[in-house]
Amino acid sequence: MLNLKQLASKEKVGLAGGHRACAGCGFPQIISMIFGQSPAPVVSGCSTGCMEIATTIYPFTAWRGNFMHSAFENSAATISGIETAYRALKKQGRLPADENLNFVALGGDGGTYDIGFQALSGAMERGHNMLYVCYNNEAYMNTGVQRSSATPQGGHTTTSPAGKVIPGKTQYPKDLTGIMAAHSIPYVAQGSVGYHIDLMRKADKAFSIEGPKFMNVYTPCRLGWGSDPAKTMEIARLAVDTCMWPLYEVVDGQWKLTRKVREKKGITEFYKTQNRFRHLLKPENDEFVKEIQAEVDRRWHVLLSKCGEGA
Amino acid sequence: MKDVKVDCGRLMDWQELAKGCLIPEPATSLNFKTGDWRSQRPVWSEDKCIQCLACWISCPDGAIMVKDEKMVGMNFDYCKGCGICAAVCPSKASAIEMVREEK
Repeated sequence: MLNLKQLASKEKVGLAGGHRACAGCGFPQIISMIFGQSPAPVVSGCSTGCMEIATTIYPFTAWRGNFMHSAFENSAATISGIETAYRALKKQGRLPADENLNFVALGGDGGTYDIGFQALSGAMERGHNMLYVCYNNEAYMNTGVQRSSATPQGGHTTTSPAGKVIPGKTQYPKDLTGIMAAHSIPYVAQGSVGYHIDLMRKADKAFSIEGPKFMNVYTPCRLGWGSDPAKTMEIARLAVDTCMWPLYEVVDGQWKLTRKVREKKGITEFYKTQNRFRHLLKPENDEFVKEIQAEVDRRWHVLLSKCGEGA
Repeated sequence: MKDVKVDCGRLMDWQELAKGCLIPEPATSLNFKTGDWRSQRPVWSEDKCIQCLACWISCPDGAIMVKDEKMVGMNFDYCKGCGICAAVCPSKASAIEMVREEK
């Protein structure tokens, strides 16, 4: 893994300045952390979402490598096609055989958990040599904060508004990382933008492995979450420390916890930092918060036993 | 395709555009300055800085300038004033402080 000093000595890392993401956004850092670790040039594509529209407003592009647009549902299919074309051209001798490229498909949680899921599942099953990175900010932020299947229980969005009838989203979030691990692909990992060393190490590992790889990276959205833009990194760390977003990786079916949480914080600590959970701090929602905490604990213990850690 | 140039300074006619609105060169967004979004600005004290580069990796806008593996200052053409750099600066150093942007 390249450490921060080595990464800084690389001439250009990550997105170029001048992109139109909000102040305090989390995804540009993910790109520098992950793309910076690639030993070869990266060809990437992105499904529709903030990342796609904020970085590629014509005639401006913030990407430093080849980038291809795709629709909401097919970022994985687009990149798997490019990867296949590249292999075919190499085989025919029309591209040099000794060069190498890395292929990265990107998508938000809407384009990964819901709309792009079949394209992702198909690309992973076909075994393309590519990395899929989901930047998970837990709702459809680009279209104005609608709930997705990644939205946590109790989260306020415009389609799961907190009010007298319901206290935000009533369903539990889908465990996509677990679903991807069930595809039995060589590498699956869950990271958070707040723990950059952990994320960079995972990216380095992913690029060293041949075959389909999947990473699910947690990133706050200051607009949709109603959080302080300066606290983006702090909130991303808090999600890990409250065990709502554990950091782990699955290498060839072996589950491994990459961050052991010694002093587990209560989920209300996390709720206090964001407006989307404001209603959960009211006394009438105490029972509901207890229910969510029980589910978070249950999932954490299931993960611990999968990783062979003492509960 | 080689002749196509993207001109970021003016609105181009459709005849001038590349097929598929391809952008043939990377990082043209550097021509778009986002510095005027800022309502507060980071002030960096070089003598307090411990060169951990936490601000550099945490900056969403590539506004932290590094040279020879060292931080050398902020690029206010792109800094949106989010305050992440000041928040991630280790408390033992606290070399970055946010101040209100004056007119």
